[in-house]
Amino acid sequence: MSRPLTRLQRYYLYYTGGFLAFVGALAVLERHGMPPRWVGYAFLIFTISMYAGIGIISRTSDVSEYYVAGRRVPAFFNGMATGADWMSAASFIGLAGTLYLSGFQGLAYVVGWTGGFVLVALLLAPYLRRCEQYTIPDFLGARYGGNAIRLVAVGAAILASFVYVVAQIYGVGVITSRFVSLQFEIGVFVGLAGILVCSFLGGMRAVTWTQVAQYLILIVAYITPVAILSYNVTGNPVPQLVYGEVLQKVTQLEDRLFDSPAEIEVRQLFRERADLYAQKIMQLPQSLSLEREQLSSQINRLKASDVQMRDIVALERQRRDLPHDPEQAKARWEAAMFSAAERSRQPIHHAEAFPGDTEEERDIQRINFLALIFCLTVGTAALPHVLVRYYTTPTVHEARESVFWSLLFILLLYVTAPAYAVFAKYEVLSHLAEIPIAKLPGWVTAWAKVGLVSIEDINFDGILQLAELSLNPDVIVLATPEIAGMPYVVSGLVAAGGLAAALSTADGLLLTITSALSHDVYYRIIRPDASTQFRLVIAKSLLLVVAVLAATVAAQKPGTILSMVAWAFSIAGSAFFPALVLGIFWARATRMGALAGMVVGVSLSLYYILRVEFDSIPWLGVSGFKMEPWFHVQATSAGLFGVVAGFATIIIVSLLTKPEPGSADFLGRIRLASRRDA
Amino acid sequence: MKGHRQLYWRKTRRLTFGLLAFWLCLTFGTTWFARDINQTVILGFPLGFYMAAQGSLVLFLLIIWWYNRQMSKIDREFGLEDD
Repeated sequence: MSRPLTRLQRYYLYYTGGFLAFVGALAVLERHGMPPRWVGYAFLIFTISMYAGIGIISRTSDVSEYYVAGRRVPAFFNGMATGADWMSAASFIGLAGTLYLSGFQGLAYVVGWTGGFVLVALLLAPYLRRCEQYTIPDFLGARYGGNAIRLVAVGAAILASFVYVVAQIYGVGVITSRFVSLQFEIGVFVGLAGILVCSFLGGMRAVTWTQVAQYLILIVAYITPVAILSYNVTGNPVPQLVYGEVLQKVTQLEDRLFDSPAEIEVRQLFRERADLYAQKIMQLPQSLSLEREQLSSQINRLKASDVQMRDIVALERQRRDLPHDPEQAKARWEAAMFSAAERSRQPIHHAEAFPGDTEEERDIQRINFLALIFCLTVGTAALPHVLVRYYTTPTVHEARESVFWSLLFILLLYVTAPAYAVFAKYEVLSHLAEIPIAKLPGWVTAWAKVGLVSIEDINFDGILQLAELSLNPDVIVLATPEIAGMPYVVSGLVAAGGLAAALSTADGLLLTITSALSHDVYYRIIRPDASTQFRLVIAKSLLLVVAVLAATVAAQKPGTILSMVAWAFSIAGSAFFPALVLGIFWARATRMGALAGMVVGVSLSLYYILRVEFDSIPWLGVSGFKMEPWFHVQATSAGLFGVVAGFATIIIVSLLTKPEPGSADFLGRIRLASRRDA
Repeated sequence: MKGHRQLYWRKTRRLTFGLLAFWLCLTFGTTWFARDINQTVILGFPLGFYMAAQGSLVLFLLIIWWYNRQMSKIDREFGLEDD
């Protein structure tokens, strides 16, 4: 048992050493004049060919290897693989930015995404492992019996996973286009290739071992820049320990800056602008034609006098750029109004919990904070691509151990993200605020060119006020190397880390979708007599089809899909969590109960998201159904209602239907540790 | 044998739900009162912020560690270690 384990550890030690040597070599080459673009290419080619190598070595034609890595993955490595599987492009790039923008409120993600693993450890992992199935729908099928529940579970798994996988591939496109300046669409297909080389030949076995490799890269890439920044600012290279001090300085700076006369003036100007847009929107369509007439008469007046041609051209362009019809005007002006209103708001103190002017506002923030934590924990404990990882350990004992390792490896990133946010905020408050715009540091102008930073000197004083600066959340992680004045090789490292995070999650998700289709639908329902060889052919072809489909959707740059990722937690949570937990802990839960609970849970979540988030669905021809949220809970936390309704429905319907004789037998099997007994 | 199994399950369940209750209080208790405990400062952090950013996470890890330890003990007690 211990010999192959040490061999594996040695392999990954060599691998990590090799990677660090590669980074070191690039740093030297860069100093000797290697252009940044080549550094980017080197990272891209080197890491993807590493993953491809592991993928090819791990190719397999065994069903158990393909679906659950032969159940031979040691706890420690399964923990690492789960870490990579779990941490997506959003965790790697987006989380620190969210924390920067929303301060304490953003910590709901940190608590929720880690707390969920306690639920996995206590309620699910050991029992899933003991059941010895291949997928989550498989487990529900074994517990409750029948194809109906299997199909509902497959549907929910695909619903939750597909949007998620599209977002990962989209992330790959963004990273490659930004760092190696590939065209976005080409970047997407590089991502597709990167995913296929890992998963196509070797299924879960290959995905597991590449995920371990990807974890090592992503964690090194995440911690390095902020450790250097921390050393620069505080003299201590462990950011997680020292950012409390920096947070205190941030609070002092906030107290000094937030209510300076210039800041108040700027916020007032933005408020006036928002009001102006609101007025114009109300007076559509007259306001649009009025604006066009005004511009026209101004142009005519200028033409009559003899001013410079340049001014006239500028005005004509302004007129040309006016919205073409009232509909377009409404959309555009609403966006402008919201962005101005956003900037006019009183900024929040980073460390303050549940900020608000009145007791009621604070309570709404508090309710949403707790609701979000609830949804994220339950969703974490119900995402099929994470749960399936606990099928792959050799024993139940190791399944338990591997949840511990998973959380440990995930923690390393999640305790670092808030430090990123605080250091970035310190930088902005101390080196950007109240600085003449012409003298801003280079990274600001560089990222402003890409559109991730925007500055508008609304009061024309030539000095940057905080409200005049707006940052895209992605910029925090991406720009930290430049903020700390590091060479481009560190930026390349960050890009490689983001790529690893996106690819590893995409692999796991893709495999979940394919095994739901090939194992649960094709083998279990359509053709139970299919030969193992043919089952693998089906699995591999479906993998290809789903991957190409996801990449095609991602190449369309669907803006809405990114916000839909947050909903995956609510959908997965309300579909799977009640049925799995009651299935394990309550012998009385019946097939009808579980079926009803899953359908009610998912439907309620979807209904809530739809009615709170949208007002109309153009392609269905319905509109005007927007409703007020219940208890002020935002649509991202729709799962709160879905999960509760799911539990209630399963309990009520189960008590109304006849107990099932088979369940006691099944539970006796999964609740007892010994495999000899089973 | 049947009573033996039931005792094993009862012990597992007690441990599971005990830790679950602790987890619930920890997760939702510290966040509900975050505003109030933010008055206290620990390692330079306001306590509410610290708990959500680091403290709770470490305690989550300890919950899992404790659960694994106790479960191994129970498994041994009933002669049910696998592998």
